[in-house]
Amino acid sequence: MHADDDRLFATLRDWCAAGKPAALATVVSTWGSSPRPEGSHLAVDGDGHFIGSVSGGCIEGAVIEAALQVMQSRQPRLLEFGVSDEQAWQVGLACGGRVQVFVEAVE
Amino acid sequence: MKAAALARLAEAQAKRQALVVVTRLADGAQCLVDAAGCSGDLQLATEAVAETAALLLSGRSASLASAPGCFARAYVPSPRLLIVGAVHIAQALAPMAATAGYEVTVIDPRGAFASPERFPGVPLSDEWPDEALARLGLDAATALVALSHDPKLDDPALELALPSTLFYIGALGSRRTHEKRLERLRAAGLGELTGRIHSPIGLDLGGRAPAEIAVSILAEIIQVRHRGAAA
Repeated sequence: MHADDDRLFATLRDWCAAGKPAALATVVSTWGSSPRPEGSHLAVDGDGHFIGSVSGGCIEGAVIEAALQVMQSRQPRLLEFGVSDEQAWQVGLACGGRVQVFVEAVE
Repeated sequence: MKAAALARLAEAQAKRQALVVVTRLADGAQCLVDAAGCSGDLQLATEAVAETAALLLSGRSASLASAPGCFARAYVPSPRLLIVGAVHIAQALAPMAATAGYEVTVIDPRGAFASPERFPGVPLSDEWPDEALARLGLDAATALVALSHDPKLDDPALELALPSTLFYIGALGSRRTHEKRLERLRAAGLGELTGRIHSPIGLDLGGRAPAEIAVSILAEIIQVRHRGAAA
């Protein structure tokens, strides 16, 4: 496993061992010039601390918010971000790409 | 993701094994696929298992064509860099390579060189290079650089490195030093493999300071890893 993933999963295991709620976000589709490749991870704990990245920083805030909801609901969510996305998220990618991010609780 | 999957990922990481986690995006059901097979609450058809097994080798993460709505995340062993010779350039190269995601080990039996004071936080081996390399294992996710300038250290390392599957082998030294090294390796019966050695080591960036040479070495390793030796 790559060192960045090593660190992220070690942190996730620490959170779980400490009894903290946690969620894992993963880039599962990309179109156009998206900054992070498919498989990129962002992990979030119940206090909103995070490690990793799913974009160059443009959508992390929205993903963290969704992760906090997923920790409560225990229902995974599939988020989509892009410049042409006029839906629930008022967040877009400045680079003109489009990404799908899967967010799941870690339990 | 369940705690059991987290534990299995940690185990695969420790053992340098490849593992793929397949997730059905509609409901989060998952299964883990490794060389031994498939386990978890997501049932995959035979052709989806085969498609996932191919990702174990390539290390690519992708949506599965044979299982629509399923995403496969591949976790493959991290690249390693073995540095023979705890010299000045190694002091710059080791932390840079660690930052770039490499598991670094510095090998040098001379305690005055391979000291924790000179290499804070860097895994050190005080074994002779041939012993260290036999213990650490040489695989296709690993690069080796011989920086010691001392044939007693560099040569045994290169003799093990050349017939291995290492993705990168580099050796520091002037053209004259390298010519003599090639003569010794030819005499050891490794003549046909000496073309694998990158020497002069590193991309030609023009820098002469140890840290600048370290950047050029790391840049060449990254280039070979992603573009191949012919790049």
